[in-house]
Amino acid sequence: MAEFALPKHSKIVKGIDYPLNNEAENTKKINVYRWSPDDDENPRIDSYTIDLDQCGPMVLDALIKIKQEIDSSLTFRRSCREGICGSCSMNIDGTNTLACLKSIDDVKGDINIYPLPHMEVIKDLVPDLSKAYEQLTSVKPWLQSKSDPENGKSRKQSPKEREKIDGLWECVLCFSCSTSCPSYWWNGDKYLGPAVLLQAYRWIADSRDENTEQRLEELEDSFKLYRCHTIMNCTKTCPKGLNPAKAIGEIKKLQLERK
Amino acid sequence: MSEYEIVDHEHDVVVVGAGGAGLRATLGMVSGGLKTACITKVFPTRSHTVAAQGGIGAALNNMGENDSWQFHMYDTVKGSDWLGDQDAIEYMCKEAIPSVTELENFGVPFSRTEDGEVYQRPFGGHTLDYGKKMARRACAAADRTGHAILHTLYQQCLKHQAEFFVEYIALDLLMDDNGKCVGVLALCMDDGKIHRFRGHQTVLATGGYGRVYFSCTSAHTCTGDGNAMVLRAGLPLQDMEFVQFHPTGVYGAGVLITEGSRGEGGYLTNSEGERFMERYAPTAKDLASRDVVSRSMTIEINEGRGVGPNKDHIFMHLEHIDPATLQMRLPGISETAKIFCGVDVTKEPIPVLPTVHYNMGGIPTNYHGEVVTRKGNDQDAVVSGLMAIGEAACVSVHGANRLGTNSLLDIVVFGRAAAQRALKTVEKGSAHVPLPKRITDKILARLDKIRYSNGDISVGEVRNSMQNAMQKHAAVFRSNTSMEEGVQKVDTISKSMDNIGIKDRSMIFNTDLVEALELENLMQQAIVTMKSADQRKESRGAHSHEDYPERDDKNWMKHTIMWLNEKNKTKLDYRDVHLNTLTNEVASIPPAARVY
Repeated sequence: MAEFALPKHSKIVKGIDYPLNNEAENTKKINVYRWSPDDDENPRIDSYTIDLDQCGPMVLDALIKIKQEIDSSLTFRRSCREGICGSCSMNIDGTNTLACLKSIDDVKGDINIYPLPHMEVIKDLVPDLSKAYEQLTSVKPWLQSKSDPENGKSRKQSPKEREKIDGLWECVLCFSCSTSCPSYWWNGDKYLGPAVLLQAYRWIADSRDENTEQRLEELEDSFKLYRCHTIMNCTKTCPKGLNPAKAIGEIKKLQLERK
Repeated sequence: MSEYEIVDHEHDVVVVGAGGAGLRATLGMVSGGLKTACITKVFPTRSHTVAAQGGIGAALNNMGENDSWQFHMYDTVKGSDWLGDQDAIEYMCKEAIPSVTELENFGVPFSRTEDGEVYQRPFGGHTLDYGKKMARRACAAADRTGHAILHTLYQQCLKHQAEFFVEYIALDLLMDDNGKCVGVLALCMDDGKIHRFRGHQTVLATGGYGRVYFSCTSAHTCTGDGNAMVLRAGLPLQDMEFVQFHPTGVYGAGVLITEGSRGEGGYLTNSEGERFMERYAPTAKDLASRDVVSRSMTIEINEGRGVGPNKDHIFMHLEHIDPATLQMRLPGISETAKIFCGVDVTKEPIPVLPTVHYNMGGIPTNYHGEVVTRKGNDQDAVVSGLMAIGEAACVSVHGANRLGTNSLLDIVVFGRAAAQRALKTVEKGSAHVPLPKRITDKILARLDKIRYSNGDISVGEVRNSMQNAMQKHAAVFRSNTSMEEGVQKVDTISKSMDNIGIKDRSMIFNTDLVEALELENLMQQAIVTMKSADQRKESRGAHSHEDYPERDDKNWMKHTIMWLNEKNKTKLDYRDVHLNTLTNEVASIPPAARVY
């Protein structure tokens, strides 16, 4: 009989419990995934109990409070704290989202925090996104135009044409969607995933871009595009309220029309 | 000292920072054939340019108002309270037109007018015909203009295959014995290796240092690393006392609500429901310059007319605006108001408070982006091999107070200018002179000191004390007593840096170490900001001195420059304001009273 073994460091063990030392009425327990590449230990879940009356309203506020006051080694990315830079994407309470936009009050009971699923972990809540960035580059996400604009002039675009890229260009590249997608989990090396396909469609839909045919041709691939099985996790999880599944659907429709 | 593995890189140019300025410079350099390294502590699209909302100023004249760059220049000089250098301002306002058009050509998803042109909205301090009426000059992509520009510039850099070093934190400039900058030393967060980047020009595009304050619109990463590196290289920073408070930070959270929301018709009220800006600025009203609006709000609160249970903030109203317009023009801040204060902007006002937003001060440069310093009587001595652009720089186009939309403009115009200059001054592929080991060793010794620090005060604790001191003593209104106290406090707090301790000893993605390095950077800028503020005995732009309420052109129309030595002692000097223009196309704008 074949023997199966889990990959190294798959098993998560119980970690350190940091109880609250003072008496507080309004508390919350935050369980956080910890893993360091420096030793050979398995990942663990550390638990921090914090006083919510001394903490900002968002999950990111809680993480910063923990780092500032309890355990400065806790590692996560963060920057703008207002949902526009896309740094602090992670899995909170079972859903991928931006920690800065996720209200602590929205979570019933303990808050469980893990890195974005199915990505290599660099440390604690920091995933390695380099593959996803490479995939982004692979769709040539820049304006491609054969005709140069008249010297010193802007290209024209009507408000109606411009409207077609609303809901596409606002993506913050947090990759919450791609890392929520089971197809991406299985075939993340070959399937481009919802975040990158949304970016691909952003240029297909832009009236100023003149390379639609070539873009569609390059996406016409059983893995790159068609691993999307309309599971819709992407749209459900997007912290910016965008709809990558629809963008993918639009690309598929255009592929049908080409045939 | 620890043994570090050092990876060497040789480039024509090294750009530090990948916000709008760094990316625009990188793009211009790479497309011009210079071998360019862009090193950045966050992935490029996470840089704080991404958070800019309202627009980028350029007299494109798309709204049929006979706008011109001369009006834009007048507004900028007046906005700067005559501390801006008029040659640089002329350059910026004139170059705004091709620079923004280029952005559109790069693919920025600007909002559009019915004619298909780039949409422009009114913004604070931007007028037609020298102050007669408000201009529509801010080129906008809804209320996410910074996001639109930053992502587009990154895309263009990808197109040109620019070489990025992502999640590298710059440690210090490599300065040779002649005071020339020959590159930068950086720590790769991913694997903990030290990278030595050699470049014939090093371009600092490291942004502002808003995080020196407790409450700011700036991202956590806005720690002014480049400014601090310049101080440690023995060079001065300029006009550091001028810190802009944005009138509409969300009360509590501090996140930004764009001035464009007042550009689209929003207005402020006090506890009596009064539109008080009509009293302070009869013509521009809610669209007066930011320093003026922030001061007026603070006065209203101080005189007991603030709103809320503690009467400590102001309301901003958008609920009279058509919900469809809000959805089209201000979707981002509608969402922000909902998330951060539970406010539905179509129904109720947003609670706001003046919040630290922008640093007019920074690394002194000329309008080419070359860093300058004062050497004896030479006030414009170029520092060889070193450039600075964007919020890190003080060209100075913003003087004592920046106009809204002029920061996105600044980064694009001077990013582009720096690239053009480097293409002229750097010989492609020319050899680098070997560097004595001691120059690198000195920087690594500083790294080691922080890396192995094991004192009993946490980074968070020291940072908190510093931020609270700055919040209190370098505020919207300042006085001799409060600033003297601030100087003392910051001095004491800075000494506690000797007793900090960090917990994470790893070299892989050690954010504990990075935050400690950033804190040291912030602290050095806090000292210089507080002392620069304390010595300026007048009121100008964002520096409102209660003991000297008037602007004093006779004694104080000059740039402060300040050095900081290894013992945290400062040295003060001044540079003249350039009242001359760059060309004969426009006349110098003489100082006048600033009325909106």
